[in-house]
Amino acid sequence: MTPEIKTPSKLEKLLKAGHLAVTSECGPPRGSDASAIKKKAEMIRNHVDAINITDNQTSVTRLCSLASVIHLKLMGLEPILQMVTRDRNRIALQSDILGAASFDIFNILCLSGDHQIFGDNPKGQNVFDLDSMQLIQTVRYMRDEGKFLGGDPIQRPPQLFVGAAANPFADPFEIRVPRLAKKIAAGVEFIQTQCIFNVEKFKLYMKLAADRGLTEKAFILAGVTPLKSVGMAKYMKNRVPGMDVPDEIVKRMSGVAKEKQAEEGLKICVETIRQLKEVPGVRGFHVMAIEWEEKVPEIVEQSGLYPRPQIG
Amino acid sequence: MIVAKQKPIDEIIEGVKNADKILIAGCNECVTVCESGGKKEVAVLASALRMYFMNHGKEVKIDEITLERQCDHEYLEELRKVIDQYDIVLSLACGVGVQFLAEKYMRTPVLPGVDTCFMGVTEQRGVWTERCQGCGQCILARTGGICPVSRCAKRLFNGPCGGSTRGKCEIDKDLDCAWQLIINRLKELGRMEDYELLIPIKDWSKERAGGPRKIVREDVQ
Amino acid sequence: MRLQYPSGIRIICLPCTGKVDLIHLLRSFEKGADGVYVVGCMEGSCQFTTGNLRARKRVEQARTILEAIGVGGDRVQMFNLAASEAPRFVEIAEEMTRKILALGPNPIKKARKKMVA
Repeated sequence: MTPEIKTPSKLEKLLKAGHLAVTSECGPPRGSDASAIKKKAEMIRNHVDAINITDNQTSVTRLCSLASVIHLKLMGLEPILQMVTRDRNRIALQSDILGAASFDIFNILCLSGDHQIFGDNPKGQNVFDLDSMQLIQTVRYMRDEGKFLGGDPIQRPPQLFVGAAANPFADPFEIRVPRLAKKIAAGVEFIQTQCIFNVEKFKLYMKLAADRGLTEKAFILAGVTPLKSVGMAKYMKNRVPGMDVPDEIVKRMSGVAKEKQAEEGLKICVETIRQLKEVPGVRGFHVMAIEWEEKVPEIVEQSGLYPRPQIG
Repeated sequence: MIVAKQKPIDEIIEGVKNADKILIAGCNECVTVCESGGKKEVAVLASALRMYFMNHGKEVKIDEITLERQCDHEYLEELRKVIDQYDIVLSLACGVGVQFLAEKYMRTPVLPGVDTCFMGVTEQRGVWTERCQGCGQCILARTGGICPVSRCAKRLFNGPCGGSTRGKCEIDKDLDCAWQLIINRLKELGRMEDYELLIPIKDWSKERAGGPRKIVREDVQ
Repeated sequence: MRLQYPSGIRIICLPCTGKVDLIHLLRSFEKGADGVYVVGCMEGSCQFTTGNLRARKRVEQARTILEAIGVGGDRVQMFNLAASEAPRFVEIAEEMTRKILALGPNPIKKARKKMVA
């Protein structure tokens, strides 16, 4: 990637200055009271560089990511807009991108989105006018060419630092790195990975990516999640597709008394981050503490990532 | 072929219960192959309906005819001499046939007897699966002959998504992940480099989104 | 073996029950049969491999339709036995006759009589 700064994104600046970045994510409420999301964001304000707001994750209707990131922006935080292509056609996608840009949102994560069958509206239509790679291309086009997909010029083009998700543990493994290559070719600038428990497999993935020069072309933020209980470990191991939770982790969690499991889970998370710091190509961390956002400050501090660097 | 499924008999009965003279019209093509609207199915439905009406104390004239197709004028013309004898035509053809029949014989109510579902193949007797959605711009050459529009639940052009698990789709563990199939095929064909080619944004105006479609071939008119 | 079996039964011989089509079952009731049963070889012993399995599926289809139109799905049934089991054949005949007598005549016959009257 080019060292020159393309957007006013604080995240971009930090990464290009050579710092390890820390991001986290919050899920919006199932209602119009934004105080819940503001509270969560406030809790982690000083411990992360940017905050993702999920977009109707698992196809469950919630307060939209766009409105949520605007709330965060107004609080002086650095939000990352998440956009799935499941629910919007190219007109709405470009329009919402402008909506975010009008509030000076500078980061976007482009995703396809879970199928609507999982959510609260399984009978609904899905859109998928574009897929996640085409959305990446679109955002880059709007930003760098200053034009709409249709070719007309954009008045005050968006300045978005473009990200996408990657899952080193999904099937089939053989195309994980080609897929990363494809997203980079489409124009992605930063990647947030699925949460990592199998560090060895992740190291292999990163080595294959580095062999192809991909770690020089995009900032890869390693995803981590603290386990709350052995039940959670087992659930993630057996019931969540694309999740790799090694047996040793489950054993470790079950080897501890119930009241101590959360503490053990946090310990594992911090250890993982420390291990990942040594993996070449890892440029930061994406801490996903689902419904446990209050632990993010502790995780960041114990991993030696606090205080966060201040960028002018 | 076009694959359809016969409507539940209660629904069909509801539609015809007030008629005295019914013509059940089958079709010899797609619906015969998917065993929902051919001659056999017409006969079974006619017998069932006759018994239904007799049971309810009504003697209803129920005739059976199976046309070669219901999507061409010439075959539908075969009904012209007899259609006025009936109160209602129950067509077991696909939605295309039902509509064409209705357009041709505007004074006779036409009811559909099947739910038309998709364009697909007979994988084995009794199992039909979707293969094509008529998107109007076939890209099968780029995806090893496997269609991401009809076989990927999210119609991704640069898949798979993160939900693909052991070769199966996230929405149904019995459903093959289309992109896994494409990858397998590209591997067999020795064309894995093709996987990294970014397939560009689709022109959906060539499919349903662009409105009802029409093809004109002046050279054969 | 010259065993006696109930007289109200009309036997139609077929080379294999696989030859029974759904329409044959339905037409029988249409023409006034009170009950129809299909007697095939033991499953796994069909000379044509799957004929009797197909027959069973068609009998099931017929049950569904007959139930939906008010004639009664119980009036049609499939039985399996070996060709040598004459006593079983009689048993089945008696069982079916008892069942149909309990169910009463085909409601269509009654309805038809009423219409003609």
